[in-house]
Amino acid sequence: MRTKGIGLFLCLLLFLFCGNTACQRAPGDAGQRTLHYFTWSDYVGPELLAEFERRHGVRVVVDTFSSNEELLAKLQGGATGYDVTVPSDFMAAIMIQQGLVAELDPTTLSNAATLEDHLQRLPFDPTHRYAIPYLWGTVGIGYDSAVVSTPPDSWAVLWDPRYKGKISMLNDQREVFGAVLRSMGASMNTKDPALIEAAKARLLVQKPLVKAYASDHYDQLLASGDVVLAHGWGGPVARAMMDRPTIRYVVPKEGGTLWADCLVVLKSSPRKELAMQFINYLLEPHVAAHTAERLLFASANKAARPFVPARILTNPAIYPPIDLLPRLEWMTDVGEALRIYDRAWTELKMH
Amino acid sequence: MKQAGGWLWRLSLANLLFLYGPIAVLILFSFNASRLSATWQGWSLHWYRALWADQSLLAAAANSLWVATVSTILALLLGVGLAVGLEGVPGRRQRQIEQAMLIPLVIPEVMMGVSLLLFFVLLHISLSLTTVMIGHALFNVPVVMIIVRARIRKLDPRLLEVAADLGASYWDALRYVTIPLLRPAILGAGLMAFTISLDDFIVTFFTAGPGATTLPLKVYSMIKSGMSPEINALSALFVVVSMGLIGLSLFLQRR
Repeated sequence: MRTKGIGLFLCLLLFLFCGNTACQRAPGDAGQRTLHYFTWSDYVGPELLAEFERRHGVRVVVDTFSSNEELLAKLQGGATGYDVTVPSDFMAAIMIQQGLVAELDPTTLSNAATLEDHLQRLPFDPTHRYAIPYLWGTVGIGYDSAVVSTPPDSWAVLWDPRYKGKISMLNDQREVFGAVLRSMGASMNTKDPALIEAAKARLLVQKPLVKAYASDHYDQLLASGDVVLAHGWGGPVARAMMDRPTIRYVVPKEGGTLWADCLVVLKSSPRKELAMQFINYLLEPHVAAHTAERLLFASANKAARPFVPARILTNPAIYPPIDLLPRLEWMTDVGEALRIYDRAWTELKMH
Repeated sequence: MKQAGGWLWRLSLANLLFLYGPIAVLILFSFNASRLSATWQGWSLHWYRALWADQSLLAAAANSLWVATVSTILALLLGVGLAVGLEGVPGRRQRQIEQAMLIPLVIPEVMMGVSLLLFFVLLHISLSLTTVMIGHALFNVPVVMIIVRARIRKLDPRLLEVAADLGASYWDALRYVTIPLLRPAILGAGLMAFTISLDDFIVTFFTAGPGATTLPLKVYSMIKSGMSPEINALSALFVVVSMGLIGLSLFLQRR
């Protein structure tokens, strides 16, 4: 019978993987303390995790989610057992409101004392009772200076017909509307239906010029030259710079989004003390600096700056220049007006 | 006549191209030296090496294999038992039960995922790798049942009568006659169930708890932090393994 061969083949497959990962899933590893970190894919270096595991004699298991909404759905659906997670600022606000997040113990979080000045007081959590900012940055325009020869300084460049079919916008309704509203001199958190309607009209005018509404792969579009102007977060633009050195990044003079991904301990966590030690560890200057270098996002800990390589520190796509800060705005909950945004966004996409 | 043949031939070719073209491109670009999926910069095995060094991916792969193995065994135990047991149920009832068992195959997977999630939450079972295994076993039971039932229908009922005449008890007949005759179908069904479990995203998405990130979940979240050819390499391996298992399964069922 050939069947023995097949069984053998399957066993081999299993052993191949198990051997390489020391068979983490095998039953019987429950004796050790385990910390569950629920985060974005590739958001933490494996060697940093290993160091924490060594120091505290624990095991850190990383699970990944792909969007803030997915994270919320998972937690609302009743998933328990995760200890630490990293929502973006607006999602952290929602999670705090819904009581999903545990209160932090400031005495454990010694590294939170040296946060960047503008991150000392988060609008939704002014005293860091629930959330500690981890990484932060801006939303602006990544452009190819070889094609866009006059450096743009306004959102208006995204309406320039010369770049028809060479423009990408984020596939994110609040961010897209935020950019237009800022270019109109309004707040990106406006609840005024007339303003939102006007913003939609401007976006409809722009639509024929837009190649793609992309949030995930605009760094690739930029680097390959498929687009020469991309509306997006700084980190991926910085990544595109590595492949195409003529890429530049600018936050238009009308201003843009200031964002921060925040570390929180979940209320359902069975190991809150260890979870807080983990957060404190991630904020340690050398750990934070290493993370900033790896992910190309700025660390929230000011004390990390001396350990960050100069090329990262001076790249405006990664570390926004401090003089930019007055022009930046946090995205906040717009309440009922979200429905107006929803409808306007749908109309834009359907058109 | 000849012309019609040529036309059909071309249509079939187009069909195959439609089915396998995207997969071929995916595999081709997993050997791309460039990080960008749009530009070709020559052959390289770099992404396969990166894959092998990525601990989080390998942990996800181990999760996937572990889930697939356990859920397949569960589905085989339940599915084969069901298929054999149904033989003893009279005509109309048999058909009704058979049809009722097909429900997990026809209801949208999202609904199955949500209902499983609600079910686990209601019973205060915390989500983990175990809940994923249970979920996978659920949709694999009907798969196993259908394949094994098809084989049972082809068996000669007189074989069992002969066994009984020669003094075999029900269990003896099952063990020495029925199961050996069903073996190719059971193995084929097992491989099919294994493959489906390995590839599943939706039910896994809803039932996965801490420490239960499987490969498809991992790939999905990787897309967010930038498409890299590592994903291509991983998907290429997945396609090859899945196709190999399906091929093996079909081969076994034909014997």
